[in-house]
Amino acid sequence: MDLHFFRRAGGLLLVFTLLSLLHGSRGEVPTRPISAVTILPPVKPDDGPQAFPNADKANLPVFTMDYPRIQIPFEITLWVLLASFAKIGFHVYHKITIWVPESCLLISIGLIVGGIMFSVHEEPPAVLSSNVFFLYMLPPIVLDSGYFMPTRPFFENIGTVLWFAVVGTLWNSIGIGMSLFAICQIEAFGVQDINLQENLLFATIISAVDPVAVLSVFEDVSVNEQLYIVVFGECLFNDAVTVVLYNMFNFVAEMPVVEPVDVFLGVARFFVVGLGGMGFGVLFGFVAAFTTRFTSRVREIEPLFIFMYSYLAYLVAELFAISSIMAIVTCALTMKYYVEENVSQRSCTTIRHVVKMLGSISETLIFFFLGVVTITTEHEWNWGYILFTLLFAFIWRGLGVLVLTQIINPFRTIPFNMKDQFGLAYGGLRGAISFALVFTLPDNIGRKQLFVTATIAIILFTVFLQGISIRPLIEYINVRRTNRNLDTINVEVHCRLMEHTIAGIEDLCGQWSHFYWKDKFMKFNNRILRRILIRDNRAESSIVALYKKLELQNAMEILDTVTGDISAAPSIVSLYEEKKSAAKPKKKFKAADLKNMHDILSKNMYKIRQRTVAFTGKHALPNDSQTKEILIRRHASIRRSLRPGSFQTTVVPKSHKYFSLPAGKSLDSKFPPGRLSYTDDQETMSEVAYPSSRSRFQQPARSSSRAMMPLRRLDTLQEAPSVDTLNENTGRTERGMSRTKSSSSDSRVPAPRRHLPPSIDNEGSSVDNLRNGQHEVEEEEQPSSPPPAWVAEPRDNAAQNPLLRRPQWNPKKM
Amino acid sequence: MGASQTRSDHEHQHLTDKTGFSLEQIKNLHKRFQQLSGNEETISKEDLDRIPALANNPIKKQIIGAFFDKRNQHQDEVGSCDEIGFEQFLMVMSHFRPPTLKTTDEEKEAMRKEKLRFLFNMHDTDNDGTITLEEYRKVVEELLSKSGAIGQEAAKAIADAAMLEVASTNVPHMAPDDFYEGITFEHFEQILKGLEMESRMHIRFLDVDTTTMRCGKSTS
Repeated sequence: MDLHFFRRAGGLLLVFTLLSLLHGSRGEVPTRPISAVTILPPVKPDDGPQAFPNADKANLPVFTMDYPRIQIPFEITLWVLLASFAKIGFHVYHKITIWVPESCLLISIGLIVGGIMFSVHEEPPAVLSSNVFFLYMLPPIVLDSGYFMPTRPFFENIGTVLWFAVVGTLWNSIGIGMSLFAICQIEAFGVQDINLQENLLFATIISAVDPVAVLSVFEDVSVNEQLYIVVFGECLFNDAVTVVLYNMFNFVAEMPVVEPVDVFLGVARFFVVGLGGMGFGVLFGFVAAFTTRFTSRVREIEPLFIFMYSYLAYLVAELFAISSIMAIVTCALTMKYYVEENVSQRSCTTIRHVVKMLGSISETLIFFFLGVVTITTEHEWNWGYILFTLLFAFIWRGLGVLVLTQIINPFRTIPFNMKDQFGLAYGGLRGAISFALVFTLPDNIGRKQLFVTATIAIILFTVFLQGISIRPLIEYINVRRTNRNLDTINVEVHCRLMEHTIAGIEDLCGQWSHFYWKDKFMKFNNRILRRILIRDNRAESSIVALYKKLELQNAMEILDTVTGDISAAPSIVSLYEEKKSAAKPKKKFKAADLKNMHDILSKNMYKIRQRTVAFTGKHALPNDSQTKEILIRRHASIRRSLRPGSFQTTVVPKSHKYFSLPAGKSLDSKFPPGRLSYTDDQETMSEVAYPSSRSRFQQPARSSSRAMMPLRRLDTLQEAPSVDTLNENTGRTERGMSRTKSSSSDSRVPAPRRHLPPSIDNEGSSVDNLRNGQHEVEEEEQPSSPPPAWVAEPRDNAAQNPLLRRPQWNPKKM
Repeated sequence: MGASQTRSDHEHQHLTDKTGFSLEQIKNLHKRFQQLSGNEETISKEDLDRIPALANNPIKKQIIGAFFDKRNQHQDEVGSCDEIGFEQFLMVMSHFRPPTLKTTDEEKEAMRKEKLRFLFNMHDTDNDGTITLEEYRKVVEELLSKSGAIGQEAAKAIADAAMLEVASTNVPHMAPDDFYEGITFEHFEQILKGLEMESRMHIRFLDVDTTTMRCGKSTS
């Protein structure tokens, strides 16, 4: 595997060499010709177009170059591109990122690029100035974390999260700072000139943990929710605490004498800064949510509001020198729930994507620069200081977790056991924030270079050593795991049932705890907040939301199985049958086949599905909405193709894939491939909403797809109303439709209905009336008489497509 | 007074062994029990009905019903009683004890099963060992009853979907003419197999008396 990596790295190296040389040469060469050819003495080179001064002297130049004008954005673009290429590179060979965290790889690439730049004596770009970092690089990272924070577990564990984030960081900072100060007193190391304030400042910097790598490992092995959320939340709020402490100590480090009053003021400031940030965040979050209430007419700029408001929260907090990280995180947390209900599904997707994109590019760049800077800056290496830093960082982290868990455990419903504590302690990687903070230290800190070196050392040490070893270790000690792939109605129903039960039992016991407050908050939320902030403010149970989502997903999956895109390649059997059926002369539907087909369709009305991606990872979008835009098109077109009469479509493209039933259940018919025929699907596109891509943590009543998808059974079949056997479903559709029409104030009733002649509707509902009394479970029972409509279809296609493949129905997988 | 104190202490000791609650927890719960019952020996459905905090709970009926359900009291009887004593009250409560660090895996598994059984019994109102569609529908309806505009139709559809889900999980190769008559406990276990009960169906029973410390409530 190493070999693979190096080979890959070699390939990348080539690209980077090219790119960086290109970049390097452009950085220098063009400037000289310009200054030589053009005579522009006083004008600043990047001031206005330069072609015109030339024109005075000579003829109109045919070709000019004005590099200085574009230099900064150009170089930034190139760097971003370079870092992104690196990311692509890692994922070409997939297994690398499983065993080696991405941050390691990025740093390695950075090291290589740094090496190249060092050898050609190119200065690294001065991107990481304090302002650039705090105003442009940090907000996307934090917004990303805040926005994708799994809300339910977070609030369930908020005490522990804050405990570890605030007290843990203080513990680490002060512990490491003091111990290092003690070390500084030893003459042998030659670092007596570092005073206590500077030591504390340094300790603060290196106690900011950044467990991106750890989180992705945790996701993969799906450790239990409590551990995950504590690590997640810790890294988030710990940034805030660190930045606050950093600013404080930075201030203190410049003071000659620290008086006791200053300590108290510092503590007071700490709270003002933290709570103030939260206040601004909540304020801006609500304003953002309120704004999106009115954006339904300007969908195209809808996502912008989210970014502008969160950035505004950040900047305003920065203006008042309070915790801007807190502000942006709380802003994201607050508005997310409401905004996602207000904006359209596509805006929602856009927001998620852009947040992810910005966050991940920012982080990529920081890690990348970390590698570059490691090579290109001058280091001050002090064995004693750096080794002790490593040692103390390790010891204090471990001790901190041990002690703090002992304190918090009695207050937890589910205490952390030793394994969890190990995961917590070992997950304390240092990362981007530490590096950026140390790099932006003011120059008047005497031993800045030593600090930079020590920080880089500790980052490299933790990221490489711990980052690589944590996966095997976690798997080895077998930390308690949570299955997060549960997205079934039953689970949701029972979760809610349990929540209510527990809230009820707690009421019975007369004690107040988490569930009690959740209950009260939900009530307040439903009565007041939602009314103000959400356009269409009918509260919706999470069960209903999940149901809708699953229904739609399911519909799409069935359709997708029909068109055969997502699912696996056809097996040999199906290929064989395909051949066989192609060879056979065309024949009509057999009754048994139809029965089979209906059986499959009705059984799959609602099918349990398994999903692979669980958490909303730091670097992975919740992916259940990825292919939906395509799917929905296909959805619409398939529906059209399922309509009686549409079977006559004759074109079967070469790309069409064939699927068959399990052997022996051959069911040949031919459906035109879905994506061939959509003419008016654009309309469908805009009208049928995709299911909200909920994060894996279900919060009650969060679904932006509400009211866009009327509750109903799969409507795939609604357009084949003449088929007798399907009227159960048709009937349900009808009921769903009428319900929607009556209850929904929203006009987004799915469009396809409008395409239907009214007579079909009538027919459907009359059938419905006939069979209304029937038991719902009888869906499984199929009348065995062959329905006339499909048999009667003239079928003059040459190719026979076995169309339905039983979707992956694997109960064992559950 | 002293005599009765020791007597109740002794009783509590007995209950500790039986239910696993600590002495303080039992005392707290006992206090609450007496408060609810109006210092009677037993508690009736009406007593529980009157709890104001419970009024908004959508599944209030089921919760109260669970307390009077004999199946939840570790006895082999079925049916429900009209009044329960403190011991039965504790027995029901003990379903919600969180595991401690010392709990072994087997014990955890047993606890899990108990909790599932408790939930199952909440569904299975007629004691016949299966959750029929009607029973399921009813629960879903009540769950949704507080969430506004969604009517019975939605609840019905959801319950049906859930039922289908159970059916297809457990009887994957059902013939078209088969009729899935209801969820048995085994099937119930099966569908909730992956669900982590630890974090969801526990109550941290407080060791201290909460009624006296209502002001400092926003902790945890």
